[in-house]
Amino acid sequence: MFAALADRTRRDIVRRAISAEEGVLELAGHYPMSFAAVQKHVAVLERAGLITKERIGRRKVVRTNLKALLVARRLLDQYEGLWRARIERMNALIAEAAGADTVGTKESKR
Amino acid sequence: MTVTAVRKDPQRRTLTVEAEFDAPVERVWQLWADPRQLERWWGPPAYPATFTKHDLAPGGRVEYHMTGPAGDQPHGHWDILEVEPPRRILLHDACGTADGIPNPENTIRVEIEEVAPGRTRMSIETVFPSTAAMEQALANGTDVGLSQAVSQIEAILAEETIQR
Repeated sequence: MFAALADRTRRDIVRRAISAEEGVLELAGHYPMSFAAVQKHVAVLERAGLITKERIGRRKVVRTNLKALLVARRLLDQYEGLWRARIERMNALIAEAAGADTVGTKESKR
Repeated sequence: MTVTAVRKDPQRRTLTVEAEFDAPVERVWQLWADPRQLERWWGPPAYPATFTKHDLAPGGRVEYHMTGPAGDQPHGHWDILEVEPPRRILLHDACGTADGIPNPENTIRVEIEEVAPGRTRMSIETVFPSTAAMEQALANGTDVGLSQAVSQIEAILAEETIQR
């Protein structure tokens, strides 16, 4: 999924496909590259689960899978929160022990 | 703030957190080397950790479980790949459920260095093996409402490059 998002054109496709109004042909009109090249980008995004092709009437539009995109981002955010909390506990542990065995504990920060 | 830097690289599925402590390297090392100290910080307050095995040596294994408020006990273990006291650990961490179903392993690299006398920097880098592993790790609790999703999406896509 992350590799799929590493490309600027693909990120742009994902952005445009949020409103799910265009098919691959219309999307291709936005980029200075061949239809086949855009089709390839769309295929990469589709394999990564970031977009789906959806039939609306007789048209086929490209739609962004918002949930999949958020899962990736939220994972890293969640792990950041987890480690921040751990580091706070480490810090408290160090401060506690330092207070216990130093005479006249000095706060060296600020 | 103790945390001095956070780097997220979604393309490499990597999270790096750097922190500085007002303590010498040896003291910071003990946070990892002493299982009784590990128990004080590894699990959140609602899920205290118990380390039942702690062989912090190359090829060694560290085993732990956490006890939740409802008595649930997620189990996990580390496989120690490299150790260089008091400044470096490379390990695979796999946290699973009480019935022993493991999640795929994350690689965690810990580096500890002195930045000034009595001041120590610790860097913790976590690398996830695959997107699937990341998604699995987050399988619970990610049911975001779609309206909320849309408001966040522009910010995500606006990030041209992830800082490294």
